Amino acid sequence: MATLEMFPAIDKVSRDRAALMNNVSKNYGPVQALKDFNLEVRAGELTAVLGPNGAGKTTAIKLLLGLVRPNSGRVSVLGGNPANAATRLRIGAMLQVGRVPETLRVREHVDLFSSYYPEPLPRSETLAIAGIENLRDRKFGDLSAGQKQRVLFALAICGNPDLLFLDEPTVGLDVEARRLLWDEIRNLVAGGKTVVLTTHYLEEADALADRVVVINKGSIIAQGTPAEVKARTAGKKIRCFTQLTATLIRNLPGVADVQEDRGTTVIHTSRPEDVLRELFRRDSQISGLEVAGAGLEEAFLALTQEKVN
Amino acid sequence: MASTALAPAANLKQPNVIGVCFKEAKYEFLKNLRFPMFSVSTVVLPIMFYVLFGLIMGHQAIGGIGVTTYLIPAYGTFGVIGASLFGTAAGLASERGFGWLEVKKASPMPTLAYFFAKIVMSMIFSATDVLLLLLLGATFGGVHLPALVTFKLLLTLVAGSLPFCAMGLALGYFAGPTSAPALINIFYLPMSFCSGLWIPFMFLPKFVQRVAVYLPAYHLSQLAFHLVGAGTGIAAKTHWEALIGFALICLGVARIGYQRDQRARA
Repeated sequence: MATLEMFPAIDKVSRDRAALMNNVSKNYGPVQALKDFNLEVRAGELTAVLGPNGAGKTTAIKLLLGLVRPNSGRVSVLGGNPANAATRLRIGAMLQVGRVPETLRVREHVDLFSSYYPEPLPRSETLAIAGIENLRDRKFGDLSAGQKQRVLFALAICGNPDLLFLDEPTVGLDVEARRLLWDEIRNLVAGGKTVVLTTHYLEEADALADRVVVINKGSIIAQGTPAEVKARTAGKKIRCFTQLTATLIRNLPGVADVQEDRGTTVIHTSRPEDVLRELFRRDSQISGLEVAGAGLEEAFLALTQEKVN
Repeated sequence: MASTALAPAANLKQPNVIGVCFKEAKYEFLKNLRFPMFSVSTVVLPIMFYVLFGLIMGHQAIGGIGVTTYLIPAYGTFGVIGASLFGTAAGLASERGFGWLEVKKASPMPTLAYFFAKIVMSMIFSATDVLLLLLLGATFGGVHLPALVTFKLLLTLVAGSLPFCAMGLALGYFAGPTSAPALINIFYLPMSFCSGLWIPFMFLPKFVQRVAVYLPAYHLSQLAFHLVGAGTGIAAKTHWEALIGFALICLGVARIGYQRDQRARA
């Protein structure tokens, strides 16, 4: 039942909500890309969809853009069907694309996409926001990977849309270019835009997002403010030989996850001191102890694995 | 602040669809003009053939008219078909396959503008081919065609671009992004040979002539030959009907491809 019907007139609720995915499932043949997926995008906020490759991030964006239709569930964007022309006039999108026409100049690409919108930004302002004024006369094919990303960003914002979808916008950018783009995205949100961004960098979600939705294998496994999500991920990793069973350790306060690894026990925790105190109290034979700070990416992996196990 | 972030959609005016169509066509033209694989091969190839086989080698007459005159409709048809097939199929297959079409679909671009641009661009290159052949013929080949005939020839061949644009759209929906040019040539070159665009139709083996009547290139070239006095006597109406029928079949196939793309996302 792929339904997009019954959009209520703009009431208070839908004014504050820029987009909604309600129990959405999406299969590509036998592959389930999203499973009973719920997402609420609040107006004026930046929502980051965070997950490893293949988690379903791009599928979620394509559903929100009306490029793919759900097998079940409902998708509503700006109170309407995302595939409607009227909805698209208020949306900008930056997608991952294999090849862009290479013989057109940067300003020509911007000019063409600007013409699709009723009230676009002045061309020069679009180029300035994306930081590509000095590239305006260059052909797209002559640009570096990072410059190409910035042109695609320019095409997403040129129509002055209310709602912006950015699918992995900083892939292929170096650190400096990434920070520049982050600044631009922050400015857009400060100016009242609503942004949905996908990323597999926890750091990026942390730097930009009002709300983070962590997904893996098509399902949401955590969501909240960046601080809330980080609290669940930014922990320590304790490795030791112990007689205590995994089940017992898992029930200790502060333990996020326990794994057996080649005879040792690996404990993920946000409160390492408490956990260690309990371990020493319950097992005097404990040996081979290591305590390591879980890196951001590692902690994120722990979080995505936590729900799988 | 949240409510100011999302203004009601009702007060947005629609962009001018016709304006967008022409802007799309302008950039489609520039894009292809700057792409030598397209612009050079679709314009230079027919002209080169005309110079080699018409201006340099040809001093005889074919079917009662001079070779330099006879080859204008022949290579004109050849050029028009090349410009139309490559102008539509190659771009569509590549843009479908590499995700650019999806970026465009996510934008508010009217779908019509996308196809309009490819067809108009193909017709401009078709017209360029025919005009250059006419110019070369008149200046170096001693071709004297009345102004009205010249005009009708140009109009017929440029209109004849349309069925081949339809064929290109059909091919573009079923060709892979990198294999499209090869697939186009598999149809384009044998069809051109069998329709008498390289070797005059009456010199072709009988069985090839029998095949030719089923080929759209034959019908378009016969319309053009007829205008310069080298027709076979079959009514023009028959050829137009064949071309229209062929165009409709191709549009049907293209539509199947279009719907298959839509379903793939369903």
